[in-house]
Amino acid sequence: MLGNQSVASRPIESVLSTNKVIRSTYQLLSMTLLFSAFAAYLSIAMQASQGMGLVATIAGIVMLWFVLPKTANSASGIPVIFAITGLLGFGIGPMVAYYLAVNPSIVMTALGGTGVIFLALSGYALTTRKDFSFMAGFLMVGMFVIIGASLLNIFLGIPALSLAMNAAVVMIMSGFILYETSSIIHGGETNYIMATASLFLSILNLFSALLHLLGAMNDD
Amino acid sequence: MDWLKIGSAALMIGMLVFIYPRMKHAIKHSPKGTSEDWKGFIIPLIAVIGFVIFLMATI
Repeated sequence: MLGNQSVASRPIESVLSTNKVIRSTYQLLSMTLLFSAFAAYLSIAMQASQGMGLVATIAGIVMLWFVLPKTANSASGIPVIFAITGLLGFGIGPMVAYYLAVNPSIVMTALGGTGVIFLALSGYALTTRKDFSFMAGFLMVGMFVIIGASLLNIFLGIPALSLAMNAAVVMIMSGFILYETSSIIHGGETNYIMATASLFLSILNLFSALLHLLGAMNDD
Repeated sequence: MDWLKIGSAALMIGMLVFIYPRMKHAIKHSPKGTSEDWKGFIIPLIAVIGFVIFLMATI
């Protein structure tokens, strides 16, 4: 009897635990996005140079790779994720300041576009409950190729290649949003801090790529 | 060659080094998708592309 109850209650427990991860992830994600936006505002207000932005980005990524995985399972993961998102927000500040100076509507459109794409894709993954785990290899290869091409373009400086890469980043990040949301739903990701970090990076990269694409189309 | 380019290049090389083993692992261990699975990815992707083109046209 007890055995039967345990078998019957397992899926319910699993569903409840998944719902808890989803709720905690979206709560933390919204807070980190606000914090990151505040850090970007500070960066703009301080008129931080591109060099300062790069240093903040490198510090954020180093923390993401080496500190977050060690702290994500404890309470210290929360200040770490805020530090990472703050640094990355500060890092993107000089770029946002540049586009604000060119045409503020580019930034507003990129912000709104990012929000619409994220909500639509998350909603799609949550309502259809499709399993996108098959996309892991494809997305990682796509990411690897984009970073390799970006590295080349630092030295080549081809505007068309930059535009093509930003378009590819929008597609790859859209794929990552679907993959990560589906991973939370299907129990692949049970740590809400790690899930927040993944979704935050996708949103940040999506926003940055949209800024570049819209900036390239701007006549000013 | 300015320091900004060198710093950006160093960051990207670091990213490539960090991602490479994860990419190899993902290629080996991720399940293969059926054509139905890929359709479930392509449809929202086309919608995103259409939306981005719309945004680019309005700016």
